[in-house]
Amino acid sequence: MGSHGIKDRVAIIGMGCTPFREHWDRSTDDLAIDAVAEATASAGVSVPDIDAWWLGTAQSGMSGITLAAPLKLEGKPVTRVENYCATGSEALRQACYAVASGAYDVAAAVGVEKVKDSGYQGLNAFPIPNDGTNRTLTAAAMFSLVAPAYAEKYGVDPTELRRTLARIASKNHANGAHNPRAQFRREMDVDAICRMPEVAGMLSVFDCAGVADGGAAAIVVRAEDAHRYTDSPLYVKALSFVAGNGSGLLDPDYDYTHFPECEWAARDAYAQAGITDPRRELAMAEVHDCFTPTELVLMEDLGFSERGHAWEDCEAGVFDLHGDLPVNTDGGLKSFGHPVGASGLRMLFECWLQLRGEAPEDRRIDTAARGLALTHNLGGYPGEMVSFVGIWGTGRE
Amino acid sequence: MRGIISTAGYLPHWRLQRPAIAAVLGGSAGKGTRTVASYDEDATTMAVEASRRALRAAVDHEVSAVWFATTSPTYMEKTNATVLHAVLRLPATVMAADAAGALRGTNAALRAALRSTEPGVLVAAGDVRTGPAGSTDERDGGDAGAAVLVGDGDAASLVAEFLGAGSATREFLDRWRVPGEVRTRAWEERFGQQRYDELAGRAFDSALEDAGIDADGVARVAISAPHARAGAALAKRLGAAGAEVADALGATVGFSGAAHPLLLLARLLEDAAEGQVVALVALADGADVFLFRRTGAPAAATTVADQLDGGDDSLAYAKYLSWRGILPVQPPNRPEPARMSASAAERRLDWKYGFVGSADRESGALHLPPARVSFVGGNADDMDPAPMADVPATVATFTVDSLAYSPSPPVVFAVCDFEGGGRLPMELTDTTAAEVSIGMPVEMTFRRLNSADGIANYFWKARPVRSGPAAGAATTTAEGGQ
Repeated sequence: MGSHGIKDRVAIIGMGCTPFREHWDRSTDDLAIDAVAEATASAGVSVPDIDAWWLGTAQSGMSGITLAAPLKLEGKPVTRVENYCATGSEALRQACYAVASGAYDVAAAVGVEKVKDSGYQGLNAFPIPNDGTNRTLTAAAMFSLVAPAYAEKYGVDPTELRRTLARIASKNHANGAHNPRAQFRREMDVDAICRMPEVAGMLSVFDCAGVADGGAAAIVVRAEDAHRYTDSPLYVKALSFVAGNGSGLLDPDYDYTHFPECEWAARDAYAQAGITDPRRELAMAEVHDCFTPTELVLMEDLGFSERGHAWEDCEAGVFDLHGDLPVNTDGGLKSFGHPVGASGLRMLFECWLQLRGEAPEDRRIDTAARGLALTHNLGGYPGEMVSFVGIWGTGRE
Repeated sequence: MRGIISTAGYLPHWRLQRPAIAAVLGGSAGKGTRTVASYDEDATTMAVEASRRALRAAVDHEVSAVWFATTSPTYMEKTNATVLHAVLRLPATVMAADAAGALRGTNAALRAALRSTEPGVLVAAGDVRTGPAGSTDERDGGDAGAAVLVGDGDAASLVAEFLGAGSATREFLDRWRVPGEVRTRAWEERFGQQRYDELAGRAFDSALEDAGIDADGVARVAISAPHARAGAALAKRLGAAGAEVADALGATVGFSGAAHPLLLLARLLEDAAEGQVVALVALADGADVFLFRRTGAPAAATTVADQLDGGDDSLAYAKYLSWRGILPVQPPNRPEPARMSASAAERRLDWKYGFVGSADRESGALHLPPARVSFVGGNADDMDPAPMADVPATVATFTVDSLAYSPSPPVVFAVCDFEGGGRLPMELTDTTAAEVSIGMPVEMTFRRLNSADGIANYFWKARPVRSGPAAGAATTTAEGGQ
């Protein structure tokens, strides 16, 4: 028994990512078709060349037909997957395993979400019949519990922490300003963010991810086949996933300053990839900054900062575009919004660009010395969440 | 002997200063305050709170039947009393039924309970009293719950011995409300007043005869009347005979409809000295008079008097109007809650209504909601029920959510840790964001979270512990002694 991973057995040979927008004029079908078109062109394959498909969408459709119908696939397996906000990464994880198993030669993971057709702001889960006792709190409020708990535990002045959180938002907005695919492309300074009215705990709307529609896709093959398609594939170094059991909601010892599901997923991923010092081995990380306190705590859960010190590292610029470990170089959920099914693949798309030196110059980072990137998703709430960690690299052992 | 085993009143936290009405609508400024059911309370939840208090004061006493009286029922056709039955975790063999619709239902249920030989009859009442903006009923009404447990006992175990009762009935038109309407219509008050004067006198005489006592043997009398003028003549007559006429709570609570007779009875027995004879006169399309002798058992831990002193009278009139739906306000632009599933709710009856979690027999770990598999150690199907409704808790951390759907935003939400273990993140009520702090003691209260498709979705919230003993303190001590 054990988690062994599939290090260097699968390669990504092409990717696509639509702009993330309020796509009033694009349907779920349109976004899927556009993402797939870009990914197949990037890999130099055509749709019929792909042997099996995984579609990640949380709420924009059910069953594989949601993808098979718009693409007019003929006689191909399509699996629709959902795993909260890690849905896009989950689709990719399954596609990678399918190729690694030898079942298929070429597989595609497509993530798509049409959020803006609901008529409401924010993300809204469709209701599963229940006994009426479930919490109806927003995700923003659940994650807002983290900030005061963190301040209290580590003796950070709440006003200081407010500025740290604003700095995280400001950094991601600055990165997103350089990204034509991002939803929000305006820089926001720390003072302006601090002045915004609170909507959930100490969080303002500028501490929350945007809300956008989008699609993204990746095409994967066995590692040994990769060079048939491209000279610069990305290799899968690690894929880990943890579904929390909700005990954080039951356990009086849980203190809302860390996410155990993310710690476990990171630990497993580092073991698979053979990483011992992520802060110094990774060139970059794309993490699930659904709310600013989430990104803060993730810097510790993912092992980038010592416990209780992520706020200082954020202040010191460690995670800035040209810091020691750039985080969310594309602008993150903050700038992109969060079309649930697409986000994980959007993160990988940024790694795809950066590690292969294709990111536009104004946000390109130096990856020469460190050829590894990490993507991370979480879904759910503090105390009850799922978490994905993927590690991707340019070289193959 | 037959009598009252326990009794309790429930006054909601919020109070409206009557001058606040005139400040908005003009007209003459009323005096005093009225009680106001919060946006998450209804007749059922207030009756539940009163019943919990009454039963807490009657530990181990059998309840064999539940009557619920109200003129503002949440449901027609469907019985509302079964919610009380579920919250109080009574056995299936206990009958639960409504005496709903008319004000006199309370009197009928109390009379039937006192005249029956059932081991324990819980008579509970609750009413949300309102009317069109600026109406007399809005101003002079009050929201409350009250409950009385009737049964057999001796002078030490009863709060009061039942001495006798009398009634008088006559068809006449005084006040009436068409089902579904907010407004209660009324004939000229003087007509009703004179009919009630005559009926009250006859019922009182009949009760004295039934009890075999004289009028001068009555020490205190409380008169519950749907308008201030009714009952005045009887009060005058009894006052002349030497009885003290109790405050009918008009200046502090208002007339609380179906709850009012039981609320006044609870208040009457709180103050009566042992041995004193007290009379409850309840006027409603006739008159019902009940005579009791105060006996040795103590009154409920949370008294009506305590609650009159408590509460928050800073409620804005506009908020009152919005809570009653008279002034609809813009909700947050979020989907409204879906209706609860009847079958899912029934499967989890003990959780949803009884607030019973589960405790792992091996580790003791508490699970809220109850679980089959333990989060500590993973044992399966090795749990005991863990009733949590009366267990005190404290706020571990909290937040304020201005985005979530609520009938009265913002939502104040706290992670609550229970004394002796157990945690549940839950909504707070009867409070404001500014009042909440980490470590604040809270108690559990049964509320209506929302409504969809006409289904009232009930569950528990936490509220700050105010005056008097904490809800759970008495019970916890009692259990600790077992």
